[in-house]
Amino acid sequence: MMLLKGVALSVVMFLSVSTFAQEQMAFSSELNKIRYQSLVEELRCPKCQNQSLADSNSGIAVDLRELVHQLIEQGKTDQEVVDYMVARYGTFVLYRPQHSSATFLLWYGPFILLGLGILAFVCVIMANRKRRGRAL
Amino acid sequence: MRKFLLFVPFVLFLVLGVVLYLQLGKDTQYMPSALIGKLLPEFTLVSLQDDQVYTKDDLPKGPYLINFWGTWCPACHVEHPFLMELAESGVPIIGIDYKDQKAPAEQWLEQKGNPYQLVLMDELGNFGVDMGVTGAPETFVVDSSGVVVYRHQGVVNAENWPELKGYMK
Repeated sequence: MMLLKGVALSVVMFLSVSTFAQEQMAFSSELNKIRYQSLVEELRCPKCQNQSLADSNSGIAVDLRELVHQLIEQGKTDQEVVDYMVARYGTFVLYRPQHSSATFLLWYGPFILLGLGILAFVCVIMANRKRRGRAL
Repeated sequence: MRKFLLFVPFVLFLVLGVVLYLQLGKDTQYMPSALIGKLLPEFTLVSLQDDQVYTKDDLPKGPYLINFWGTWCPACHVEHPFLMELAESGVPIIGIDYKDQKAPAEQWLEQKGNPYQLVLMDELGNFGVDMGVTGAPETFVVDSSGVVVYRHQGVVNAENWPELKGYMK
């Protein structure tokens, strides 16, 4: 009996801990739940910088989580949910920046630099080889 | 030519230094509003004063201010006297009672005075989301063609009012 009580208590405590970070939400399908989880982790809280909607407990994050939940249950696609947020809060809310002319350097800058590095490397090697050839 | 190449890292360093230096002292909390240059979003909200439903068409011809406030918001207490001053000098202000309740809001306006031409209730904060509001107080300037031209996050006071005023056209 004692043991049973202990188990029951720990189950209750476990449940209360797991619901602390985020409110309980009902989803019509397991897929919707997974989509919700990935969306709230990918959307940034507009109030509390450097936290996702999933991490933050600020008022606006709670509201926006509920909104994402509603939009998903209304049958909106992930892209539509993201567009909805961007239309209101700007591209700031995206943890994964869009591909656009403004973010071109952000996405492709490193590859451009890598290309330049390889080019410089090859040039130096070639020059050295030529010099060594002359010395021999 | 070779000598010139040696200076490339130094030039890059200078460019980077200037770019980073220019970013110093910028407000990192500043977030541009996605609404600037767009028409005020449509809404259907109930007014605090007469329980009537209002839409965008019922708002005055601009320019006017839209001020998000709430009795739960400490900074709104600080802001309130300045809004009273603005109202007295003839600036039209539409108040959005954001995520608040009717009774304390009515009490607030009764006790402290009402600077608003119209107060609309946004109890669930849905209109706030449409406006990209992240908290209160937030103040938007809507110009005479119904376009949102400026957003100020935080308390409006004598110091930052000239900036907002510049957009009231």
